[in-house]
Formats: sequence, structure tokens, C-alpha cells
Amino acid sequence: MEAFFVLLAIPLLGGPFLWFLGDRENAPEVNAGFSLATFAASAWLTAVVISGGPVTAWEEQFFVDALNVFLVALTAFVGFTTALFSRPYMRIEREKGKMTGPRLRLYHSMYQAFMFTMLLALTTNNMGILWVAMEAATLATVLLVSVYRTAASLEAAWKYFILCGVGIAQALFGTILLYFAAERVLGAEGNALLWTHLNLVKADLEPAIMSLAFVFLLVGYGTKIGLVPLHNWLPDAHAEGPTPISAVLSGLLLNVALYSVIRCKVLADGALESRFAGNMMMGFGLLSVVVAAFFLSRQRDVKRMFAYSSIEHMGLVTFAFGMGGPIANFAGLLHMTVHSLVKSAIFFAVGHAAQKAGTQVMEDIRGLMKVSPTVGWGLMIGTLAILGMPPFGVFASEFLILTTAMREHPWATPFLLLALGVAFAAVFSRVQPMVFGDTHMLPLAHQPALVPVFVHLGLGLMLGLYIPPYLAAWYAEAARLLG
Amino acid sequence: MTPLTGQIINLFASVLLLIAFAMLAQRRIVTLINLFAIQGLALVGSTLTVAWATGQHHLYWSAGITFVLKVVALPLILHRLIRRLNVKWDIETLINIPTMMLVGIVLVVFSFNLALPISQFSQSIARATLGIALACVLMSFLMMITRSKAVPQVIGFLAMENGLFFAATSATYGMPMVVELGIALDVLVGMVILGVFMFQIREQFDSLDIHHLEQLKED
Repeated sequence: MEAFFVLLAIPLLGGPFLWFLGDRENAPEVNAGFSLATFAASAWLTAVVISGGPVTAWEEQFFVDALNVFLVALTAFVGFTTALFSRPYMRIEREKGKMTGPRLRLYHSMYQAFMFTMLLALTTNNMGILWVAMEAATLATVLLVSVYRTAASLEAAWKYFILCGVGIAQALFGTILLYFAAERVLGAEGNALLWTHLNLVKADLEPAIMSLAFVFLLVGYGTKIGLVPLHNWLPDAHAEGPTPISAVLSGLLLNVALYSVIRCKVLADGALESRFAGNMMMGFGLLSVVVAAFFLSRQRDVKRMFAYSSIEHMGLVTFAFGMGGPIANFAGLLHMTVHSLVKSAIFFAVGHAAQKAGTQVMEDIRGLMKVSPTVGWGLMIGTLAILGMPPFGVFASEFLILTTAMREHPWATPFLLLALGVAFAAVFSRVQPMVFGDTHMLPLAHQPALVPVFVHLGLGLMLGLYIPPYLAAWYAEAARLLG
Repeated sequence: MTPLTGQIINLFASVLLLIAFAMLAQRRIVTLINLFAIQGLALVGSTLTVAWATGQHHLYWSAGITFVLKVVALPLILHRLIRRLNVKWDIETLINIPTMMLVGIVLVVFSFNLALPISQFSQSIARATLGIALACVLMSFLMMITRSKAVPQVIGFLAMENGLFFAATSATYGMPMVVELGIALDVLVGMVILGVFMFQIREQFDSLDIHHLEQLKED
């Protein structure tokens, strides 16, 4: 299948190309160009899926179905808009002396490598390669988190590397156990780790092995999702790395890690015939929502605060998939999409706001509306959208999750409502004075890139009001697949 | 399978476990690296035995990869690294050896209990060693938690990879080749990145003590 080949080849070649191109004036544009080409390839693949249904390629090593097709498109899209955003952002950082030529070269080349690892993780059919791609995604971003070489950023990157490394090692043990269970049914070598094959025989997999495997896989990939209590690396890495990286970590990497978990959940559910996997995910999810909401109110750094907000939302989605059923799964998928769009838009706005103020401390960022109304509006609308105000998409998905929880697991509803309320109060009370109020900030040296912010927010608004029929069909199909 | 092959595999497994204990107790960085190399060698030995006894040809390849990567390349990189960073004779002073040994024993008992019900499903001739593999993983984990210097933490990380690899050969006959190659590539790239990273840390803090990296906290 050519579409797979092109989709993966572009970012794979883009990394080395940008490395050899070195520190050129137009390197950011080349980076954006590669990202645009990747996005075009993902659109091609999407068109193939729309016209012909699920496809596999290369002896079934790669496949796309309703569950990952929209994630592939979303990843390529946000990758492209983030590359657009990072053009002026990185130029301003460079003029401030925070970025140098060699660091920008590393940044651009690793950006493409990171896109490649995520697209590989999303499109591979092999659970072993999925693990390899997730580990490679950590490796590609660890040097980007420490790119400013400050004490805090080095610490954040070390934590990120070690915690995610240990976490992902647990996931490898889980994958080994999965292979062990699969080998008894499918035979050694070759196809025993292919998800499509595993999905066909999932009822025959040994329950004792699969339950242990799922625990290790959930803990392992859960570290990358940022589920409490495995979340320690996440706020540091988001706050200390450059903002475009915060946007793709939060908007894309967490989604890809969650995607890995739900693929595993489908297999575990089939093998176990109990709610074991779902209950584990509900527990981790609810804990993440509640703990993150309370940490939100204690933050002083704006990027750190939105990092905790990501933990909260990922917890909510994990909880939704844990509940299962067509409505909760539908809501979970919708929430993943909208969160990724809105959260990256917020990080774009926050990035420029922090550049204007020269700090990420919220108390020192004031009066964005006066100096730069577009950044101010972007941040304000984005904040309202992520907090679940109608008519944005987050409202629709949170509403569906809450009503399902009320019907099926009433005990969880008070915790969810409390957490959402606390989060609203905490975030809104901090963002409001940042946007309004008085200030003496100076304008930026380069025109900030705000088109991506409003495109993302527009899409988030659209998904709240109207979901395109094929997207709705995919969500429904994927929800059915997840059970 | 002859009883002799089983005995040889068990011998290699116990060497692996013994080295995991030795690493927990070892304070000197140079010795730690050598222990890591010997652990890799024991891994190669057990993989070769399984390959020879069962006629699984791809296991010869994975034994080869393990030898090149974990016995030759990684220890060489680590030795170079500590020479360039001038931490060759560093000694970790903070660890309490008797306590570590006791915790290690608890972990071994725990792993055997966890692995026992699953390993009976295995068709592999080395299934009895699944508990040892899990114990090695958990002990490397313990080592990473208790060390305060960067290089021993990294060695703990790599030793954990050894334990995982051993789990793969003892529960099954090794993962599919393409996955094993991918894992080996990840480990190698990870090591190179860690090397770069340690120079960055040293440049910033003038030391490789992880205690400098404890400023980011919730206040």
C-alpha cells in the first residue's frame, strides 16, 4: 500500500535531511514543508479508508481501521500546525538567545523523528513494533525537553527519560507475556504479535497470562499517558521544554500512549470475559482526574498548570474507555480528538504570552488583551473550551461521559463533578487576570503565529456542533470494536 | 530435552540472579560495568543453550545481537564514558548493603510466587526460570531507585533490559526477529542519548550526582 509507505517515509527522511541541512535561515520552513507533506499523505490514507474500508499492508505488518485512521490524520494535522507555530516562536527564542543554531538543528531533525515514531506506533499492526515505536518516541523527545540546557530543563529531561524508560520496560514485560499467551494459540514467530490475528483468537488466550500482561501493559503505557501515580515526569517535561514540544507531547503523544492501552484492552476483554481491564482503567482514570484537579489549583507556572489539565483530561478519557459501551467509547474518542486540538491551541497561545511577558509565572503575565488581543482571545477561548463550556466539543464529550457514568456507575459521578468544578475554578481564576488587567509588556519581534490557534479552536467548536458523517461513522465503528 | 540441558539453563539463570545481587551491593562504578558485561555473557550462554537444545535457529541470531550489544558495545561505551567523565573511581557511599540484600530476597520470593502459576503454561524448556527473570527485572528496578549517581542508574536501566530479554527467552523462544532488532536499536540509541545527556548534566552541575536534580517539586 503506497499511502503507508509515503506517510512513514516523509518524516523518516525529513529527520536526517534537516540534520544535514543544518542551521539555515529557512530550516523552519523546510520543517513545516515536511510536516505538510506528511499531512497530505495522511489525507491520502484517510481517503483510501473512506472509499475502501480498513486496509492492511506489507504482509499485514501495517493496518488502519476506524480506531486509528482519525488518530493518524489528527497526529499529522497537529504536527503540521505545530510546525507552523514553531517558525516564529523559535525565531523569537533565538533572538532572545535561548536557542542557538546547533540546538535548532537538533530541534528540527528530532521533530521529524518524533512524528515518525508516533505515526509508526499508530499504523503498526505488530504489538512488539508498537512498543519499539513508543520507546523511540521517548528517545526522540528527551533531548528536546533539555534543549535550553537550564538546570530545571535537564532535571525534567532526566526524570522523563528514567521514569518513562522504567515504565516502558514494564510494558515490554507485558508485551512478552502477551506474546507468550499468543504463541500457545497462534504458534511461534511471525503472526503471533499481529493485532488483527490476536483479535480473531482473543477468546482463546489464556486468562491467567492475559490479566497479568494487561496489568504490566497498563502500568507501562500508563506512565506515558501520565496516569496518577505514574505522572511525575509529565508536568516537568511540559513546563521546561520548548512550547511547540509541550503542544505535541500533550496533544499527540498522550493520545498515542492511550491508543496503545485501548488496543491491549480489546484483547484483554476478549480473553478474560470479566470487567477486570475496564475496572483497572476506571480506577486509574478516576484517580488521575481527581488528583490532577486538586494539583491544578496549586500551580504558579502556566505551562505546568495546563500540563496538569492534560493529566485530568487523559484520566477522564481513560475512565470513559474503562466504562466501555458504545456511548462512553464514542465520547472517549471524541474527547481525545477535541482535547488534542484545543490543548495544543492553548499551548500555542501560552507560548506567545510567555514570550511577551518573559516568564511563565502566571502572576507576572497580565493584560494580554491590551497588548495583543489575538493572543488574549486565543487563550481565553481555548481555556473556556478546555474547561468544558458549551458549545465546544469538550462539552459534548464530557456531557456524554458524565451521563453514562450517572447511569452505570453512579458512585463515580460526585468525584467527577467535584473534580471538574475544582478544575474550572482553578484554571479560570488564573487565566482571567492574565488576559484582562493592566500591563507594560512590549510587542514581539516577529509576528506571532496565531492562525493555528484559531483553526484548532474552530475545529473544536465545529466538533461540538456538528460531527462530519464519516467521522461519526468511524467513532461509532471504533466504539463497537472496543466493546 | 536432556536433564543436562535443563541443568545448564538453570545454572546460567542462577548466575544471572547472583550477578543481580552483586550489582545491588556493588559500590564501585568500574566493577558495576564489568558485572553488567558478565551478566550479558550469562544471557548469551543461556540463549545459546536454548537454541542448541531446541533447534530454534533465530535464537542464534538473537544470542549474536546480545553478545555484540550487551557484552561488547555497551560496556565499551560505558567504560569510555566514565573515563571521559572522570568518574572511573567513583564510589557510591549511601547504600546500605545488608538492607538491600534483604529487600532483594523479598523480591525474589515475590517474583517466584507471581511467576509460578503462569510458567506452567509455557512450552519452553526454560520455563522454570521465568521467576528468576522477573526477579532480575525488579532488582534492577530497586537498584535504579536507590542509587544517587547517574551512571549506576543507567546500568540499572540496562540490567533491567537484560532481565526482560531473559524473560522473553524463558517464557517463549524469544520474540519475533523484527521486534528484537527494534528493541536492540532502541537500547543502543538510548545509550548514545544518555551519554550526550550526562555531559550536559556535568556541564551544568559539575557533578553527576542526581541529588542536584531534585529542584522541581510541587510547592
